[in-house]
Amino acid sequence: MDVINNIFLIGRQIIATVLGFFLPLPVVDAVIAIISMALVLGFAAVTMMGQVYVERRVLGFMQDRKGPNRVGPFGLLQIIADAIKLLTKEDIMPSRVDRMVFRLAPIVVVATALLIWAVVPLGRGMIIADLNIGILYVISISSVGVLGFLMAGWSSNNKYALLGSMRAAAQMVSYEIPLVLSIIGIIMLTGSLSTVSIVNAQAGLWFVIWQPLGFVIYFISAVAEINRSPFDLVEGESEIVAGYFIEYSGMRFALFYLGEYISAFAMSAIATTLFLGGWQGPILPPYIWFVIKAWAVFIVLIWIRATLPRLRVDQLMGLAWKVLIPLALINIFVTAVVLVPLFQSVAK
Amino acid sequence: MSEATATSGNTALDTKIKTDQIVVNMGPQHPSTHGVLRLMLTLDGETVVDAEVVLGYLHRGFEKLCEEGTYTQNISLTDRLDYFNSMNNNWAYVKAVEMIMGIEVPERAEYLRVIMSELQRLVSHLACTGFYVSDIGAMHTPLLYAFRQREEILDLFEMACGARMTCNYFRIGGVSKDVPDGWIARLKAFLDQLPSKIDELEGLLTGNEILVARSKGVGVMTSEMAINYSITGPCLRATGVQFDLRKDVPYSVYPRLSFNVPTLRNGDVMDRFLLRILEMRECVKIIKQAIEQLPEGEVRTPVPLNLRPPIGEALSRIEGPKGEMGYYVVSDGSIAPYRVHQRPPCFINLGIARELFIGTKVADVVAILASLDPIMGEVDR
Amino acid sequence: MTAIRSLVSPRLDVKSLPQAISESIVRVVESDPPMIYVIPDRLVEVCRSLKETVGLEFDYLIDVTSADYLDQLEVVYHLHSVPRGHALTLKVELDREEASVPSVTGIWRGADFQEREVYDLMGITFTGHPNLKRILLYDEFVGHPLRKDFALPKEDISSQIG
Repeated sequence: MDVINNIFLIGRQIIATVLGFFLPLPVVDAVIAIISMALVLGFAAVTMMGQVYVERRVLGFMQDRKGPNRVGPFGLLQIIADAIKLLTKEDIMPSRVDRMVFRLAPIVVVATALLIWAVVPLGRGMIIADLNIGILYVISISSVGVLGFLMAGWSSNNKYALLGSMRAAAQMVSYEIPLVLSIIGIIMLTGSLSTVSIVNAQAGLWFVIWQPLGFVIYFISAVAEINRSPFDLVEGESEIVAGYFIEYSGMRFALFYLGEYISAFAMSAIATTLFLGGWQGPILPPYIWFVIKAWAVFIVLIWIRATLPRLRVDQLMGLAWKVLIPLALINIFVTAVVLVPLFQSVAK
Repeated sequence: MSEATATSGNTALDTKIKTDQIVVNMGPQHPSTHGVLRLMLTLDGETVVDAEVVLGYLHRGFEKLCEEGTYTQNISLTDRLDYFNSMNNNWAYVKAVEMIMGIEVPERAEYLRVIMSELQRLVSHLACTGFYVSDIGAMHTPLLYAFRQREEILDLFEMACGARMTCNYFRIGGVSKDVPDGWIARLKAFLDQLPSKIDELEGLLTGNEILVARSKGVGVMTSEMAINYSITGPCLRATGVQFDLRKDVPYSVYPRLSFNVPTLRNGDVMDRFLLRILEMRECVKIIKQAIEQLPEGEVRTPVPLNLRPPIGEALSRIEGPKGEMGYYVVSDGSIAPYRVHQRPPCFINLGIARELFIGTKVADVVAILASLDPIMGEVDR
Repeated sequence: MTAIRSLVSPRLDVKSLPQAISESIVRVVESDPPMIYVIPDRLVEVCRSLKETVGLEFDYLIDVTSADYLDQLEVVYHLHSVPRGHALTLKVELDREEASVPSVTGIWRGADFQEREVYDLMGITFTGHPNLKRILLYDEFVGHPLRKDFALPKEDISSQIG
C-alpha cells in the first residue's frame, strides 16, 4: 500500500540515487526538477484534453443532447481531431495589428496558467517547489494573466477586442481583491503561506468547514478570475463576439483555449489545496484523491456554465465591490476573533 | 457624457478625463442579432450613446415577387417571411384574398386554422424565450429545453402538411388537406404534457437570480410609447394595454372559444417574456377547446385553379405571435395580385429599438433586441 | 375591466367626422372599415385631429403603405383606435412625377420606418421626416422597385446570368 501511495516519490528517489553515482548534487537536483516539471506539464496537457471532452459531454447531457460521439469510441478522439484541425489551419495575421504583441499574447496567457502548477501539491511530497510564499506566488502569477488579455485586445486593432480587454482588466483587477481577502482567513488559521503546510493543516477537518464563507467568496472570485460563465464577460460571445481573441485563428486561437482550460483546472486545484484538504483522504492514494477533488470542482464549473446567464458589466463590478469585499472583510474579522483561538485549541 | 471628472482631495490635481466615443458595428454578422440585423452603436465605454438600426441585408423583394405569381403561388412565398411563423403568415394572406372574394371557409377548416395558428404561436414563443436566455449568455441550455417542445410541434406540422417550417398549409378557401388519422390523438397527448414543460420554462426564467437581474427594469416602454410606435403583440401587452385582435377585432371562430388576454404592467424585458409564458398557457386552453368543438366535414371551399378575384382591396388583420399581422392586397381582376403589402410586426416593432437602446449598456442591447423578437426574414422581406 | 366585449368591432360613422376633417376629405368610399381620401396638403392636420378629437382617438397607426396605379400613386394609412375599437382607412392620391406628402411621424412615431420603406420602394417623399433615407435597399440603388414601370437595367440581368 505504501508503495502505491508513494510511487512517485520512490521513483524520484531511485532516479536521484542512480544519477548521484556519476553527477554532482546540484545537477541531480536540476535534472529531477526538469523531470518533475515535464511530468506536471504532461499532466496539465492531458488533463486539458480530458477537460474539453468532459465539458462537451457533460454539457451535452445537461442540455438533453449527446455531445461529441462520432470520432473514436464515445467520441474520445474528438479532441485529437480538433487539435489536428487547429494545428493545420492557416495562421491568419490581420493587417494593421501590432505583430510582436499579437504573437506574444497567447504565450503569456498559457505560460502564466502553467506557472501556477509549480506550487500545487499533487500528492504527499509531490510538488515542484514548496515555496514558503506559495499562495502569494499563485495570486501574483494569476494577476499577470490579465496582461496577456490586454496585449491580445490592444494589439488586435479591433473594437470588440478592445472592449473585451478593457472588461478583462476591470474584472480581474476587481476580483483579485476578494480572492486575496478570502484566502487570508486560511493563512490566519495555518500561519503559513506555503501550500504544503496548508494541506498538512487539513489532516483533521478541511478548511471548507472552518471557512465556508471564505470558500464561497474564493470560488466566486476565482470563477471571475478565470473568465468562466457567469463571469465570461471578457469573451461574451453574444455581446462582443469573442472579446479579446476575436482576431485570432488556428493555433494561436487554440492557445487561448489551452490557457483558459489550464487555468480553470489550476483554479480547481488551488481550491482543492486550500479548502478541500488537498491530497488528504482515506484508502485511495493521495494523488488519486487530489485528482478526484480537482475534477469535482471542475465539474461544478461546467454545471454553472450550463445553468447561469452572464452578468452585466456594472452588476459584475457591484458584486465584487459591494458584496464580496465586505463579506470577505467580515470573514477575516470572524476568523480573527472566533476561529483562530478555536482552531488552535482543537489543534492542540 | 463624454467627460468624466476625476475627483481627488487635492483640487490642483483635479483633471478632466477626456474619453472618446467609438462606433461599433454590431452585425450584420454577429451571434446575437438574430440573423443579419446591423446595429451601429456609438459607445462611450460600455454605455450606448446613440444607435442606428440598419436593415435590408435579407431583402428579397417579396412584395414585387407577389405581383408576378398567381394568388395561390404566393402562399408559399409568405412561408418564408417569418420562418418561425409560417402558419400565421399563410393565414393572414389567404384571409385578405378571401375578404376580396367574399369566400366562406368551411367550419372544420376554420378550427384547423385556429389550431395551427395557436401551435405556431407556441413555436414562436418557445423559440423566442429560448433564444433570449442563450443571448444573455446561458450557454443554450434553456434554448434546448424549449426546442424539445418545439420539435414535437414541428413533427405535428410535418404530419399535417409534409413540412416542418415552411408549411404552406393554408389555401384560399380552407386548408390544403385534412389532418391525417391519429393526428388529433397525438396533439392531445402533446398538450397533456405541455403545461408542466411551460412551468419548467417559467422556472428557468423567474428562478434564475442573474437572469432576473439582467431583465428587470431593462428596456422599459410605457403603454403610450408602445401605442405611438405601433408596437403590437406581447411587447404591447407587457405594458398593460389589453389589445389583442382575437378579442378586439374578432375573426374566425375565436369568439366561440373562451380565453384570456393576459397583460402585465412593467413593460420591461422580463415582463415581455413572462407575458409570452402566460400566452403559451392560453394557447393550450384554446387548442383544447378547438379540438373539442372540431366538427366533421369539408376542409376546403372549391375555388378555380386560376383564381380571378373581383376588383377590390382588403387589409386582413390577425394576431400573430409577434404582433398584428396583416396583408394589404389589391386585386385588378387578373390572375395575379396587383399589389401585395405585408404589415410586418417584426419590422414595425424594431422601430422603437433605437429609443430603448440609448443610455443602456452593450449587454442590455442584446437583451432588449431579443425581447422585441425580430425575425429578419420578415423584417427585410 | 374589458371582460365583456361586443363580438362585432364598432364601426365609425364617416358622416359624423368633425368639420375640420370633413372639409379636407376628397371623397368617401363605403367599405369595412370606411375609407376616406384626403387632400395631401391637409394630411397632417387631419391626422392630428383624428388622433386628438375625443370620440375618434385614432392612436394606433396600423400600417403605412402605397400603391402605384400608373396614372397616380396612392399612400394608404390604416388607422385603429385602441380605446374605441374602430378603424379607418385613409388614402392620399399623389402625382406620379412629384410624389410628395407631409410626414406623419410627428403624430405617430411608428410611421418612421414605414414611411422610409414607402420612400425606398415606391419613391414617395415624405416632407418633414427626420431621417428619410433608404431602409431595405442599399443607398446606391437606382429607382424604386415597387413602381409598375420599374425594370432592372439590362446589364444587371446579363451580369447575373453570366
